[in-house]
Amino acid sequence: MNARDIRGTRRVATVAAVDNSLYAAAPKIYPQSVHGTFRRIKWALLVVTLGIYYFLPFLRFDRGPNEPDQAVLVDLAHRRFYFFFIEIWPQEVYYFTGLLILAALILFLMNAVAGRVWCGYLCPQTVWTDLFRAVERLIEGDRRERIHNDALPLTAERLARKALKHFVWLMIAWWTGGAWVLYFADAPTLVRELATFQAPAIAYISIGILTFTTYALAGHMREQVCIYMCPWPRIQAALTDENALNVTYRYDRGEPRTSLKKAEVLRATGGRAGDCVDCGQCAAVCPMGVDIRRGAGLDCIQCGLCIDACDTVMNKIGRPPRLIAYDTDVNIKRRLAGLGNVYRLLRTRTVLYTVLIAVIGAIMLTSLATRNNLGVAVMHDRNPLYLQLADGSIRNAYMVRILNHTTATSSYVLKVKPFTPANVTAIGTGKSKDGWPKVEIGPDQTYELRVLVTLPASASSVASRDITFQIINKTSSQIATARDHFLTR
Amino acid sequence: MSQDPHSTIDEASGTSTTGHEWDGIKELNTPLPLWWLYTFYACIAFSVLYWIAYPAWPLIGGYTHGLLGWNSRTAVVGDLKNLQTLRGPMNAKIAKASLKTIENTPELLAFARAEGAAAFAQNCAPCHGAGAQGSYGYPNLNANRWIWGGTLDEIHTTIEHGARWTADPDTHMMMMPAFGHDGILKPEQISEVADYVRTLSGNKPSPGADLAKGAKLFADNCSACHGPNGKGNIQIGAPNLTTKVWLYGPTKADIMHRVEVGGGGTMPAWHGRLDEPTIKALTVFVHSLGGGQ
Ligand code: SF4
Ligand code: SF4
Repeated sequence: MNARDIRGTRRVATVAAVDNSLYAAAPKIYPQSVHGTFRRIKWALLVVTLGIYYFLPFLRFDRGPNEPDQAVLVDLAHRRFYFFFIEIWPQEVYYFTGLLILAALILFLMNAVAGRVWCGYLCPQTVWTDLFRAVERLIEGDRRERIHNDALPLTAERLARKALKHFVWLMIAWWTGGAWVLYFADAPTLVRELATFQAPAIAYISIGILTFTTYALAGHMREQVCIYMCPWPRIQAALTDENALNVTYRYDRGEPRTSLKKAEVLRATGGRAGDCVDCGQCAAVCPMGVDIRRGAGLDCIQCGLCIDACDTVMNKIGRPPRLIAYDTDVNIKRRLAGLGNVYRLLRTRTVLYTVLIAVIGAIMLTSLATRNNLGVAVMHDRNPLYLQLADGSIRNAYMVRILNHTTATSSYVLKVKPFTPANVTAIGTGKSKDGWPKVEIGPDQTYELRVLVTLPASASSVASRDITFQIINKTSSQIATARDHFLTR
Repeated sequence: MSQDPHSTIDEASGTSTTGHEWDGIKELNTPLPLWWLYTFYACIAFSVLYWIAYPAWPLIGGYTHGLLGWNSRTAVVGDLKNLQTLRGPMNAKIAKASLKTIENTPELLAFARAEGAAAFAQNCAPCHGAGAQGSYGYPNLNANRWIWGGTLDEIHTTIEHGARWTADPDTHMMMMPAFGHDGILKPEQISEVADYVRTLSGNKPSPGADLAKGAKLFADNCSACHGPNGKGNIQIGAPNLTTKVWLYGPTKADIMHRVEVGGGGTMPAWHGRLDEPTIKALTVFVHSLGGGQ
């Protein structure tokens, strides 16, 4: 293969078609329907992922009287994120950082093992476009019929079909936007409000925007999103290697291509003929308008549909399947050299990604499992750092933030070690029996306490000493601590 | 876009070139999608509409105001109004409650401290410092020595009417005489009284100081305001001289200078500039810094 062949067909085709312009209209792609293993996998994933997306907000999860009972809820107003039994507070956003890092690493790992499986099977753009295409096929017919009809002048019947198609698309797009906003409020309530026009304006605006973007991206822009807008093809090109399984035309087996008849004659006379009969099915089914036989290109999302198409052909002409297959560059070279296939799953990069994923996952799980539902954070006053009072004693002030993660109002006592209650006061609190500051904090709330610690003038002999704040939940006896310093000069 | 007359076909790739050439390197014509071009046109159209709709062009005597009449100043005014409405219910509660009640109700205290902190940062921090820590001539509001009194009501009065703020008839007016400048005390007398004043707050007397003379001078000239023991008088803003907290510094030179020039700091009256709930919130905030009495 020379460099020119390796570039995708699309580019070559466009250049040839409108060679005199700096700008070119995108060629319309009419992918043909196809049946087979990969198509079935894609349908299954489509049903599962969209099913989760559309119905998850309606799933209930009982968290007790003071908490929302929606299983997955982003409560922006109260700054809480609920995911089943997990409740994330704003100061715990590092869990999201962790999730994002995990997601990136999983994407890397997927890519090292099997190329762009994400793009071909799970990317929302792919999934929704697939759904929109299915609708189009159902209403306007398959590839041949659409090409044929589009070349003819518009009739009333076809206009009606097109209108119906756009209507169904808009309905799907509208439901997509609608499902999105349900993640941000109690779903059944919001549905009722939306229906009676009582919902907040932002809900309607969000639905409007998402309806439009879904309709435009999945209905009209389709493969152009992957080719022109998405950065991932460029990134993944740098992440893949010759051992990754990519959708590949096995040219060692397919070339030289001939027609079926010629191949038979050639084989009968002892000549060499490839398995590819040049039927063009692989290119006809491709949703990206790619001819995979030209080699790997950035515009192939590796959905595997061409594999299904070619397998059907191979089946019909009685040749073994998988002329197009998930294969590696290494194996093609090896077969050409007369060697057997090797699949090296254990490579530095796959091992490294797996280890990193395991480590980060483990850290996140441990931190989630050992999470305290009582929290304390202390901030020393920076201005002034310390203060001399009228009688010469030294005082330090702290902002102590207590977090009550529980669903009940609890009473908390603050102890400051190694000081006595006489040294410690807190603004606007009561006192416990032994004289320490005591506060009540409502369910699922934080409380900010200004704490003043005072030592007599003689304390100035030590510039800085360690100080520990201890918050004790009187009901559960749970304790949270935070350390800081007491400064005297 | 029509083809450039210099366009040629590149031999290696078979693609036409755009006709642009630099140092023998030709640019291949790899067409961009057409919608890209339309997006570009749409951006140009948008920018023109934006010029017309929003303030954009600087002119000699001002600027174009834009058809929408939008400007950032009215936007800020609107935002502030919104903020006021948002805080309205709590501010109404603050306005009704007594200062003591505010301090004893956790909900009101939290709100007052937050609102007070914001008002302090905007209005008071330039003099008293971002942490209310004060500086030379500006009292430290965290400490427990007060010139005009440190109870809730006294702090409220001071914020409302200021100190030595002549525009407000109810302001704190008293001032220390300039003993040196006005020739009431001779330089050596000032030195003697300063020696004595330093010992009031527990400092060791300077070697050779005649404390008896200083005490006599203090009783004759200073005790009328600062009290016979130097404990001060918040009614007339005469500071307590027996504490470790100093407004103008604790050295003998500091004290001598103050006796020489007299006077005292000025604070504006905030009544009329800040509304009552804000002044109350400020009062509670300052009181809860920890030095309040
Ligand atoms: S070439 Fe094959 S795998 Fe690639 S996008 Fe087209 S159909 Fe999918
Ligand atoms: S579908 Fe298979 S046989 Fe037909 S052109 Fe493609 S590779 Fe060749």
